[in-house]
Amino acid sequence: MSDQATTSARPSLGTMQARSGAALNEAKLAIRNLDFFYGAHKALKGIGLDIPARQVTGMIGPSGCGKSTLLRVLNRMYSLYPGQRAEGQVLLDGENIIEEGVDLNALRSKVGMVFQKPTPFPMTIYENIAFGVRLHEQLSKAQMDERVEWALTRAALWSEAKDRLNTSAMGMSGGQQQRLCIARTIAVRPEVILFDEPTSALDPISTLKIEELIDELKRDFTIAIVTHNMQQAARCADQVAFFYLGELIEVAPAGQLFTAPKHPKTQEYITGRFG
Amino acid sequence: MSATTQPALTPVKDLKVAARLGRGRKRTDLIIRSLSLAATGIGLVFLASILVTLFVKGFGAMDLAVFTEVTKPPGSEGGLLNAIVGSLIQVALATLIGTPIGMLVGTYLAEYARGSRFGDVVRFVSDILLSAPSILIGLFVYQLLVLPFGGFSGWAGVAALAIIIIPIVVRTTEDMLSLVPNTLREAVIGLGAPKWKMIVLVSWRSAISGIITGVLLGIARIAGETAPLLFTSLGNNAWSTDLSAPMPSLPITIYSYAGSPFQDWIELAWAGALLITLAVLLLNIGARSLLGRGK
Amino acid sequence: MSQATTMTTGARPVAPRRTGSLGDALFAGACQAAGAFVLLLLGGIIVELFIGGLPAFRAFGLSFLWSTEWDPVAEVFGAGVSIYGTIVTAVLAIIFAVPLAFGVAFTLTELAPPWLRRPVGTAVELLAAVPSIIYGMWGFFLIAPLMAQYVQPTLIDSLGELPGIGFLFQGPPFGTGILTAALILAIMILPFIAATMRDVFEQVPPVYKESAYGLGCTTWEVMRGVVLPYTRISVAGGVMLGLGRALGETMAVTFVIGNANRITTTLFGPGNTIASVVALEFGESETGSLKLSSLLALGFILFVISFVVLATSRYLLRSRLKG
Repeated sequence: MSDQATTSARPSLGTMQARSGAALNEAKLAIRNLDFFYGAHKALKGIGLDIPARQVTGMIGPSGCGKSTLLRVLNRMYSLYPGQRAEGQVLLDGENIIEEGVDLNALRSKVGMVFQKPTPFPMTIYENIAFGVRLHEQLSKAQMDERVEWALTRAALWSEAKDRLNTSAMGMSGGQQQRLCIARTIAVRPEVILFDEPTSALDPISTLKIEELIDELKRDFTIAIVTHNMQQAARCADQVAFFYLGELIEVAPAGQLFTAPKHPKTQEYITGRFG
Repeated sequence: MSATTQPALTPVKDLKVAARLGRGRKRTDLIIRSLSLAATGIGLVFLASILVTLFVKGFGAMDLAVFTEVTKPPGSEGGLLNAIVGSLIQVALATLIGTPIGMLVGTYLAEYARGSRFGDVVRFVSDILLSAPSILIGLFVYQLLVLPFGGFSGWAGVAALAIIIIPIVVRTTEDMLSLVPNTLREAVIGLGAPKWKMIVLVSWRSAISGIITGVLLGIARIAGETAPLLFTSLGNNAWSTDLSAPMPSLPITIYSYAGSPFQDWIELAWAGALLITLAVLLLNIGARSLLGRGK
Repeated sequence: MSQATTMTTGARPVAPRRTGSLGDALFAGACQAAGAFVLLLLGGIIVELFIGGLPAFRAFGLSFLWSTEWDPVAEVFGAGVSIYGTIVTAVLAIIFAVPLAFGVAFTLTELAPPWLRRPVGTAVELLAAVPSIIYGMWGFFLIAPLMAQYVQPTLIDSLGELPGIGFLFQGPPFGTGILTAALILAIMILPFIAATMRDVFEQVPPVYKESAYGLGCTTWEVMRGVVLPYTRISVAGGVMLGLGRALGETMAVTFVIGNANRITTTLFGPGNTIASVVALEFGESETGSLKLSSLLALGFILFVISFVVLATSRYLLRSRLKG
């Protein structure tokens, strides 16, 4: 699956033309034979998927197909809820993260997550970013200032936020809040960032900004993004995985999946016959 | 594509520092979790201690005479019959008077006074009454009904307890009516029914189990009230069902007996305490299961 | 807890006006009259207590508020001691109850397995249902002896030796007194504060908590970093609600406070509160006496204090009330 090199083309925003992508990198996360249960209900069935390092993996499929569930396995978010459990393997750099006894706090500092709705904490912009950093690192004031600036810059928010770092984050616009959440996540310097429909609550302009940002962030981070928006997957992703009823139906480089799907279900979905 | 300047990634984070911080953070987390569980344990231990004390001391003192004899001077075999009956009469009448008033107020707040200034004031005042010290309600009724009408009376006790139950019923009625979906109301009004019929036949009926829950909780509350009765129905050591005279009640009898120097009176106080606590807790549990089933 | 409400704003559907809808007018009138009656009740309480206390206010003036005199023979009365006792016991009760209540709420929302939350929550709420007089008996017959025998001697030997705060923990260990009263009050208000905290903690959208967990927070860090900042105003409202309850609690305090009209520096000393003085002295007051008027005046003062505290609580909890 990782050796399908096709002709290279930069993604062009706003079109349905998918990036054909260069060769996929070696896997940062390797999912092997993963089952997931909500109580007795089996929500994921035998998933096997490689998430290549420093590239974007898009996950698409109709509501309830299991794409968000899979995302929540990758940082063990499901462990917050009794009754939810995963079986199989999810290897992060070769280490199975769904075993008992994995240090969840350390794992989540390596695998960050951005949610559907912006979730600014009720504190200042500066504190929002410093909050996560302080958990894992001991920085001087100057180092922390530098880190905040770095994170906000990477999240394309510095110019808008630099004069109001000490005002409440709750006063920002929705798009700004979402970029703040991205800044907060990258400030911890994870290796993987999970995006769970990050633009579904945003206007088109803000959506565009976030998509540009994701494209930019993949130089340093491995990214997985769940989206209900196929154009978005086509624009952002190097590799796209299509899920249906808890199963991984097809995974392929983005260009290939959208132009020449192999599976009839994929074909039906991307042509809008259901979903 | 993006015009963002892209500063390089600052040096890789120090895993040793992260691990050390992580250990400290986990220790703090563990300590606070343990303390929280301990706090919960302490709360449960208190409840258990109260119940065990009541059962041990109350059962020891419980016999048939408690239910068949009236209160008598120390040394002679007495019971609590008059106090139990007095409490039942006062609580029943207070509930009968307080419930309709409380329901009307709750209905007013939920069905008529949405967003109105007067409604906000009524809601505020009712909530204040809900938490106001009950002893003050006793003093108020003393000033209003005892002083001008020549003495302590069962009716004064009833009035004080009714004033206490009203805000409880108001709160639950309004809460429960707020849960009735507007579409249901629209459907009834669409049929041409007048609003009062819509409220009585649809809103009240949908909310009835919740309102009954509130009334039961209210009964549980006033059944144990002591302070307001000190100034109103006062208590009476004889058999009395005359509401215009001082009237005995269980809490007042417990209060005066528990503070007495006589062992047999203290034992009767424990028996009474067990009775009243059982009644109150059963009412509470019953009310909760009713609400649980209603959901 | 019964105060937990979900109110939706916005008008209810209004029936079309029909001629001769006498039923509607009567029903609406009855509802509104009942609402007005509630206002009259509160107004009546204020006015009656004030009128009843007026002779005492006239006789002693403003100094009634801080005079520590309480001499039925000389007919000189002051509220100083009981106001002091009321505030000290209530504040101490809050100091004891808030950490416990937080622990309970934290357990019920984040720590306990779901099947345990309901029974434990109900058990804690039952603490609120136990009548005040039962707390009084339990406190007097069980807790006070324990305090006298174990707790107070231990405190005298340990904290009592400390410079600075040692004076708080000295004197004979009677068992009853300010500290014991505060302890019983703390247990009584614990369920009110815990239930408010639990309700507001539960209202924090899960996605905010997940965001914090997603950064690698521990459960406590999520609570301290996200949940508490989100809910701090409502939490303060819950604490004020508990304070309001503690200020006016009567029977439990009456049993264990020791009932003495003096201000002692030690927490083991006896004292009284407004409510306990009114409950204990009322029976020995002649109709029309200055003593009775003084008790009513005390009632008026208690009402004012409670009103301020409860109104503040309600103001702080308004966001929760609006859902």
